[in-house]
Amino acid sequence: MTSLQPVPRLVEQFEHGLDAPICLTWELTYACNLACVHCLSSSGKRDPRELTTQQCKDIIDELERMQVFYVNIGGGEPTVRPDFWELVDYATAHHVGVKFSTNGVRITPEVAKRLAASDYVDVQISLDGATAEVNDAVRGAGSFAMAIRALENLAEAGFKDAKISVVVTRHNVDQLDEFAALAARYGATLRITRLRPSGRGADVWDELHPTAEQQVQLYDWLVAKGDRVLTGDSFFHLSGLGEPGALAGLNLCGAGRVVCLIDPVGDVYACPFAIHDRFLAGNILSDSGFGSGFANVWKNAPLFRELREPQSAGACSSCGHYDSCRGGCMAAKFFTGLPLDGPDPECVEGYGAPALAQERVKPKSSVDHSRAKPVMLKLLTKPPARLCNESPV
Amino acid sequence: MAFDPDVRWRLHHQVAVRPEPFGALLYHFGTRKLSFLKNTTIVEVVNSIGDHPDARSACRAAGIDDAQQAPYLHALRVLAESKMLVTGEA
Repeated sequence: MTSLQPVPRLVEQFEHGLDAPICLTWELTYACNLACVHCLSSSGKRDPRELTTQQCKDIIDELERMQVFYVNIGGGEPTVRPDFWELVDYATAHHVGVKFSTNGVRITPEVAKRLAASDYVDVQISLDGATAEVNDAVRGAGSFAMAIRALENLAEAGFKDAKISVVVTRHNVDQLDEFAALAARYGATLRITRLRPSGRGADVWDELHPTAEQQVQLYDWLVAKGDRVLTGDSFFHLSGLGEPGALAGLNLCGAGRVVCLIDPVGDVYACPFAIHDRFLAGNILSDSGFGSGFANVWKNAPLFRELREPQSAGACSSCGHYDSCRGGCMAAKFFTGLPLDGPDPECVEGYGAPALAQERVKPKSSVDHSRAKPVMLKLLTKPPARLCNESPV
Repeated sequence: MAFDPDVRWRLHHQVAVRPEPFGALLYHFGTRKLSFLKNTTIVEVVNSIGDHPDARSACRAAGIDDAQQAPYLHALRVLAESKMLVTGEA
């Protein structure tokens, strides 16, 4: 980064929000061929209200006018939309760069050749284990082989610098060096991000999120070897473990200030990890009193205006690390049932652990496109602790 | 890489500049890297650098006299290292 003035001023600017997001995540569809246990958008079934090709193009036009440099396209599995390549071409022709996340299902040798020919498209292959055993336990049988085939096809086609995108869990945190080796093998860059308790992730977070010791291990690995590893700035809750600035990146929560999420039906949320009514700013297609279209939602939605106000440090105000972690991740707190003005569930000072141990109510998912799964029934051996705690059937 | 302030520089053709209250955001569509210009003077230098025979005169034209150029030349060097700026004629 270019530096002429001290960084904190810039951080403050960002906390007050920009006129347009720097980048945004756009989930193009809730449809997915996989059913990852930690899917943060609870994807599976296609939503009948999914934006049409023309509606998507109108949004791209608006993003071009706002000079949003690029969109991170995801889903669901975005490549299963029949108009996916048409939309990618339309975006890049209109100066909106595309990075898209895929499980690799459609990255055939032909598609890989096509991608290699474009300067404006970046591909991110999701992989949550450096071995099939670890990966497939989370992403489903055959998903490791599918991702590796996609990486092979991209490398053979001469696609430069694909990304391997890893969500760090309790079971793969020991594989970071193996992931780096995998990336090197395919001429790719490793990208690791934080496991959020969002979407279906709420159901598995307790078992999958790295332990306190593993958080330290992860932090040390990032400081030692993270130079060429992308993180989406997602580990800012760990900043307090070392010197300020030891972790690369901006290290602040950009929700509604510099980033946001557009979902497949045009709903705009504060960030990709916050698909819930609580963080719904508005819808691009309808006017909720502040105009329709993306620019109006971004500029005027009451939720976004509120997020751009100074935030209360709450229970964290007396902690010496507050300046570096800023209380951690809003979505992680919300979906684990912790107060938003308290410590992050993975607070490095350990304040999250006792908060998690207390009685808490995790918010119910308000948007769920998961495919139906057989429900296991069991007989209660003791009376339920809360109303409706278990199926009465 | 070596940054020579005495030769002509220009913005890479794949770089977009977005004005911001604090300065500007730079995005390179080729390297997919983002940079921040943290005041409006450096924005002026970067936007006009291709119109000048060398980086020093671009700075002078933006009102930065030679004695004050060091931080600006440093910023330009960082931009050159990340290929936001390239040498040569437009």
